[in-house]
Amino acid sequence: MNLLKMRFLTGLQYRAAAAAGVLTQLFFGLIFIMVYIAFYKHAGAAQPMSLEEVVSYVWLQQIFLAFIMLWLSDFELFDMITSGNIAYELCRPWRLYPVWYVKLLATRLSSGLLRCLPIAAIVLFLPEPYRLSLPASPAAFLLFVAALLAGLLLVVAISLFVYISVFWTMSPVGSMLMITVAGEFFAGMILPVPLMPGWMQQIVNLLPFRWTVDFPFRVYTGHIGAQEAVIGIVAQLVWLAALVAAGQWLMGRALRRVVVQGG
Amino acid sequence: MSLITLQGIGKSFKVAKRSAGFREAVKALFAREHTIVEALRDISFTVREGEIVGYIGPNGAGKSTTIKIMSGVLVPDTGTCSIMGYTPWKDRVRYVRHIGVVFGQRSQLWWDVPVIDSFELLRDIYAIPPNVYRSNLEMLTDMLDLADILRTPVRQLSLGQRMRCEIAASLLHDPAILFLDEPTIGLDAESKIAVRSFIKTINRERGVTVILTTHDMHDIEALAGRILMIGKGTPLYDGSLSDLRSRYGSRKTITVEYRGVADPVDVPGALCLSRSDNRAVYTFDSDRTDIAGLINRLSAGGELADVEIGSPPVDELILQLYKEHQV
Repeated sequence: MNLLKMRFLTGLQYRAAAAAGVLTQLFFGLIFIMVYIAFYKHAGAAQPMSLEEVVSYVWLQQIFLAFIMLWLSDFELFDMITSGNIAYELCRPWRLYPVWYVKLLATRLSSGLLRCLPIAAIVLFLPEPYRLSLPASPAAFLLFVAALLAGLLLVVAISLFVYISVFWTMSPVGSMLMITVAGEFFAGMILPVPLMPGWMQQIVNLLPFRWTVDFPFRVYTGHIGAQEAVIGIVAQLVWLAALVAAGQWLMGRALRRVVVQGG
Repeated sequence: MSLITLQGIGKSFKVAKRSAGFREAVKALFAREHTIVEALRDISFTVREGEIVGYIGPNGAGKSTTIKIMSGVLVPDTGTCSIMGYTPWKDRVRYVRHIGVVFGQRSQLWWDVPVIDSFELLRDIYAIPPNVYRSNLEMLTDMLDLADILRTPVRQLSLGQRMRCEIAASLLHDPAILFLDEPTIGLDAESKIAVRSFIKTINRERGVTVILTTHDMHDIEALAGRILMIGKGTPLYDGSLSDLRSRYGSRKTITVEYRGVADPVDVPGALCLSRSDNRAVYTFDSDRTDIAGLINRLSAGGELADVEIGSPPVDELILQLYKEHQV
């Protein structure tokens, strides 16, 4: 708990980085929306998502980037494994998986909370069609918050696999690239899932990634109804339990064969 | 009743190897050669409560590996280890509350924040009761002379200051055993003496059992009642320093200096420790060697300028042991 607080406070210190982040994300959000507008103008036939929904989807992505981006990572942890400083982590009376989980969660929370409000405040007042629309209903909003938080917990559980893999590979580059590229595509970061071809949607539904991005944002826009959303949140929690269990098991394996680098 | 019991501990590492050069690097992409390095082989010893044990051996002998196994960081391949009734790698979380560890070449303090912040974080990690924390902090500040540096960020501390803080950090939670892996590495004479006298004090006054590895034989002389020596992963010597001295007591060193450039010779019965163009150091057994004859033979290498005979310092006793076991 205290670790979370300390991490959180350290994260809040980087105000300049946050301000720069806000600008970058506004810029990217606008570009994406322009592309979609051009695309919708010429697409004629009815699309599975309205332009308004897509715009909201894009903005939510940008607002909560720190909650959903898989590549956001903590190089301190990588360093610890590859330089051998993990020896000290292992001399502490704690279990490594929960501690690292909390550390990563706190990093994302602090960086996300610092950015989400300014971006939200701006994009809610942009002129049409660039404006972020309000949630479909108060109920949808509450469900969205629940789904987003569950999604955040899922993202942390997934990203921990990258850290655990470093025990074997000694370099985060490979697993990071694999998990982030595939993960972000299947999560709907690049293209909203409803706009994908049918066969690809079937693959997406088998993987955990869509529950971190696609699902919460479509709950916000009302594209996913309340009843379906509740079922979805249960599915998120099932995935979370499975991934955490798998992560802890792998971590246990990793620690049994740990080699402390550098004597 | 022994506090620490190691029985037949063995540990090996797999090391990927390749020769230098581009072709070799490409070859290694497809088939990597591994060698198994046996870091430890059949290590057994016991330590009683309240002992200070100096754990020595040349670089790569497996000292740090043993410390890491005893502190629950590494899991050995074979053997059993029982410390205060725990098996370190199995009961790690419960066990490590009772030990303090300092790895001299690493830092457990958070680099960017003042030392005191690290201490407070450790207080929370170990859930140290406030009154225990306060009295321990006071005692450690006092004994290690930390008052002026507690509020300094760690990255601005000198190595000696940092090491004093590292040792303090490992004792905040009242451990019963303290593992020190090269605590005096790179320190100046003053800091070394401060660290040594502190280790002695906490051992005497708080009954903390101390196991330290070092390459500095003065540490051993000042601290350790008992020496454990390993080389190439196997135990070589276990006993007191005075036993070691009396075992090699009849050994003397002879240092000869030549006038001008000379070619120091090999002499049967004497072992050459070091040699340069005009200076050579040998050890020999004074019970069995005729000193006059020895000098005579040495003078064959050139014109003698100076000859000095003395008892070897601990360093050389140890070197002697290493040589004897060919490590």
